[in-house]
Amino acid sequence: MITDLFSTDLVPLAILGGLGTYAARALPMLVPGIDRLPPAVLEYLRLIGPAVLGAIAAASVFVQDGVFAVGPEAIAVSAGAAVGRWRGNLLLGMVVSVLVVLTLRATLGA
Amino acid sequence: MSGAAAALNAARRRLVVDSLGIWVIAIIVGGIFGFTARQGGLSLVEAIAFSSILFAGASQYAAVGLLVINTPWPSIALLVWLLNARHLLYSASIAPYTAKLPLKVRAGLGFLLTDEAFALTTAHIARLGRIDVPAAWYAGLTIFIPWNLSTIAGWLAGAALPDPSSIGLDVVFAAAMAGLAIGLVKDRAALVALVVGCGGAVAAALVLDSSVAIMAGGLLGPLAGLTLFRRST
Repeated sequence: MITDLFSTDLVPLAILGGLGTYAARALPMLVPGIDRLPPAVLEYLRLIGPAVLGAIAAASVFVQDGVFAVGPEAIAVSAGAAVGRWRGNLLLGMVVSVLVVLTLRATLGA
Repeated sequence: MSGAAAALNAARRRLVVDSLGIWVIAIIVGGIFGFTARQGGLSLVEAIAFSSILFAGASQYAAVGLLVINTPWPSIALLVWLLNARHLLYSASIAPYTAKLPLKVRAGLGFLLTDEAFALTTAHIARLGRIDVPAAWYAGLTIFIPWNLSTIAGWLAGAALPDPSSIGLDVVFAAAMAGLAIGLVKDRAALVALVVGCGGAVAAALVLDSSVAIMAGGLLGPLAGLTLFRRST
C-alpha cells in the first residue's frame, strides 16, 4: 500500500508531457516584441477567444460518438448560454444548463 | 473612488462570480481524475505529479487511458502535446497584453493558462481593455488549487464520488465555455469568429478527428471574422 501511495515511476512521464504543454502555453508570451505585431494580427488574436471557447463547447455537445447530434446536452448548453448572456451572469447560465439537461433527461429518458 | 478604480473593482467582482462555476468544474473533474488515476494504477504521488506538472485535464485522462493499455511513453507524450497544442492560441491571444510584464510573471502565468483560466482572463481583459495581473493570477490559481486538492481527494475517496452525469454536472464545462464565448462577442467580427469557430470545430470533429476540432475552430473562426469585418472594427 505504501508503494501505491508513493511510487514515482510515472513522474518523468508527467514532466515530459508537462514540458510540451508548458511550451505551448508560455512561448508566445515569452517571445519579445509580440506587442508590436501588425494591427491585423492583433485583431486576429483578439478573435481567438470567442472562436476557440465556442469551438470547445460546440465540439463537446454537438458531436456524440463521432456523429452530429442535438441532444439534451446541446439544448441545455445553448439555453444556458443564452440566459447567461441575457442576464449578464455566467453562473446563472451554468445553473440553467444543469437544470435543463436534468429536466430533458428525465423527460426523454435519455 | 475614481472611475477607473470603480471599473476595476466591478470587473474583479464579475471575475470572482464567474469563477464560482469554474471552481465546481475543477473540483468535480479533478476529483474524478484522482479516482481514474487510482483505477489506472497510478500512485498518489504520480496522480499529484500529473495534476500539478502536466496540469491539463483532457490530456491527463488520455494519458492514464493509454498507460492502462501499455502504450509507449513517447506515444503518450506526443498525444499529450498534440492535445495541448491549442494552448498556443490562448497564449498568443493574451501575449500582446502581457508583453510589458516581467519575464517571471509571464512565465508563471503561462504555466497556469488552462482552458478555464484563458476563458476567465480573456473575458476580464475584454472588460478592462488591459491585463490585470492579480486577476490573471487569480484566474489561473482558481483552477490549479481546487484541481490539485480534488485530485488528492478523488484518489483517496475513490468510488464514493458521484457520477457527474447523474446530477447534470457533465454539462457544466461546456456551459462555462459557451457562456464565456458569448460574453466576448462585442461586435460583428467576434460574432462571426464565434459562429465559424463552432461550425469549424464540429465539422472537423466529424470529418477529421475530435483531437483537431478545437484547433480548427480556433484558427478558422478569427480568420473569417477578420476577413469579413476587419474594416468595421
